[in-house]
Amino acid sequence: MHSAQSDRSGRFWVLVAVVFAFAAGAFAEHQGFLSFAMEHPRDIFRLLGQHLQLVLTSSAIAIAVGVPLGTLLTRGFMRRYRDWILNLLGICQTVPSLAVIAIAMVYMGIGKQTAIFALVIYSLLPIIRNTVAGLASIDPVVLDAGRGMGMTPWQVLLRVEYPNALYIILTGIRTSTVINVGTAALSFLVGGGGLGDLIFTGIAMVDPAYMLAGAVPTAALAIALNWVFGQLEKRIISPGLVYEHHTTAA
Amino acid sequence: MIRLERVTKIYPGSAFPAVDSVSLEVAEGQICMLIGSSGCGKTTIMRMINRLTSITSGTIHIGDQNVMDMDPIQLRRQIGYVIQQIGLFPHMTVYDNIATVPKLLWWDKKRIAERVDELLDLVNLDPDTYRFRYPRELSGGQAQRVGVARAMAADPPVMLMDEPFGAIDPINREVLQEEFLRIQARLRKTIVFVTHDIDEAIKMGDKIALLDAGRLIQFGSPEELLTKPKNQFVKDFVGADRTLKRLNLLRVKHAMLRNPVHCLEEDPSEKVAEKMIEQDMSYLLVTDRQGRLKGYVNLYDLRGHKGTVGDVVRPLSLTVKPDTNLKDALSKMLSYDLGIVVAVDDAGRLQGFLNTRTLFSVVGESYDERGGHWGRITADGRIL
Repeated sequence: MHSAQSDRSGRFWVLVAVVFAFAAGAFAEHQGFLSFAMEHPRDIFRLLGQHLQLVLTSSAIAIAVGVPLGTLLTRGFMRRYRDWILNLLGICQTVPSLAVIAIAMVYMGIGKQTAIFALVIYSLLPIIRNTVAGLASIDPVVLDAGRGMGMTPWQVLLRVEYPNALYIILTGIRTSTVINVGTAALSFLVGGGGLGDLIFTGIAMVDPAYMLAGAVPTAALAIALNWVFGQLEKRIISPGLVYEHHTTAA
Repeated sequence: MIRLERVTKIYPGSAFPAVDSVSLEVAEGQICMLIGSSGCGKTTIMRMINRLTSITSGTIHIGDQNVMDMDPIQLRRQIGYVIQQIGLFPHMTVYDNIATVPKLLWWDKKRIAERVDELLDLVNLDPDTYRFRYPRELSGGQAQRVGVARAMAADPPVMLMDEPFGAIDPINREVLQEEFLRIQARLRKTIVFVTHDIDEAIKMGDKIALLDAGRLIQFGSPEELLTKPKNQFVKDFVGADRTLKRLNLLRVKHAMLRNPVHCLEEDPSEKVAEKMIEQDMSYLLVTDRQGRLKGYVNLYDLRGHKGTVGDVVRPLSLTVKPDTNLKDALSKMLSYDLGIVVAVDDAGRLQGFLNTRTLFSVVGESYDERGGHWGRITADGRIL
């Protein structure tokens, strides 16, 4: 709903953002970040590329594993173990990301694979949990109608269940990917590369310019990915399903 | 044709059968109402027909095929399925909802588009307005119309309907029932219809199967259930007012007095008045030469009037059609304090006449030879 009021409050926040960006720019300049970024644009872009690669690879694997796993948890006999497995995964999620990377390193050594493996493990839970929640939120009557009209179980899943659960599943993927951007900075510790190189070097050298050169692009990447997912949701979720304004997701 | 033979359903872990050896047969093109209180097994029976629920023992045939020998997916695609909560797919437009089964059957796009429009017309929704709406943009009545259209999409010979109008307000429910009966009169589907509303069962059903605790108590026409209830349970279920309920079954044309006494508008008032006094009548119906009802005159107006009846005729706005059921006719009669109702056809021609006497005679109550303040009405046709 676009009312005059929401337009006005929108303009207010744009103003706030401009003032804030100006202040942040002044601060960055003071810390020497801007001149550093001007001198080493190639390094920053190379590491940003690595970072993006880490995030996209691990998230893609997490989606490819998490969505089918979540779906499986809502099928037939697995339903009985569902809460049990979700609780277990929830407990695993309380292990700090740093520890997950450290444990992975013990078994896999150092390198990109170790970083990606740890990131996949860490991004799985939100995806699985939201897939389960999304599929469980569908009105059973709708599924009964699908079966009663002669859809096969696969047709019910693909034509009715996923489209209706899409909003909640996508939210899980979005959360997990955005968190992943931050966690991926830790892959420097196992030699995985990425913007973490700049951040951790900056910390080690007590050089804020160096550190900001890693942190600012990391934050920007998270915001950009979040925006991309927002656009994706608008494009692929059926207008028949309304989650904002009128009703909210269960 | 659907035939159930000694069909039993025992849910795992339950000591009592949910459906206990039920046998019944629904003839082609008929509506069979399954009725009973909650938990009587009516929905279970329905769901066994399309095998959404497995059958413990007994057989169900559709046509001459045992449903257990058929692939359940293929079976369901040949059976229309309508449920109480409607169950439209919220992420699909009205068009895609209705096209569900045709798409499963791989119809080509053009044929699907034509069929969707045809069905929307059939259920009284304008295709151009509703085709691309989403279910959340429909009212309850509109949504259930789409539900019915969706079930009929691939023109299945058999339909299963589980309290399809149960969640709809009483006024719209009546409208939907009437519309559905009109559609059914044309399409002649074989329908199993679950309800808990005895009035709906009487109104819609060719046959009614009354169930209690999984057993079939009585199976017969609505007429039979009302006039010959098998036992006290049936009597209690159909209600103490079952005589009144019979009025739902009967149409005005069954009870009305045909060719009732009347005069033409150009008849001279004096002569008509004379006749009316002779026959002890105080009111008289008036038509034109084509037999169209013009209204009525009373003796008071005619007395001493020189001229034709047409000058003093009073309009009679309240009329019914020969196909109106007697309950509606009676309620009109009562609410307008007339004591009579006149039946006219679509062209407004006088068809018949109904008063309390004729009504009572039809429902089998005693009646007085001289009914109502209209005096004695005879089937003598034109009075002069």
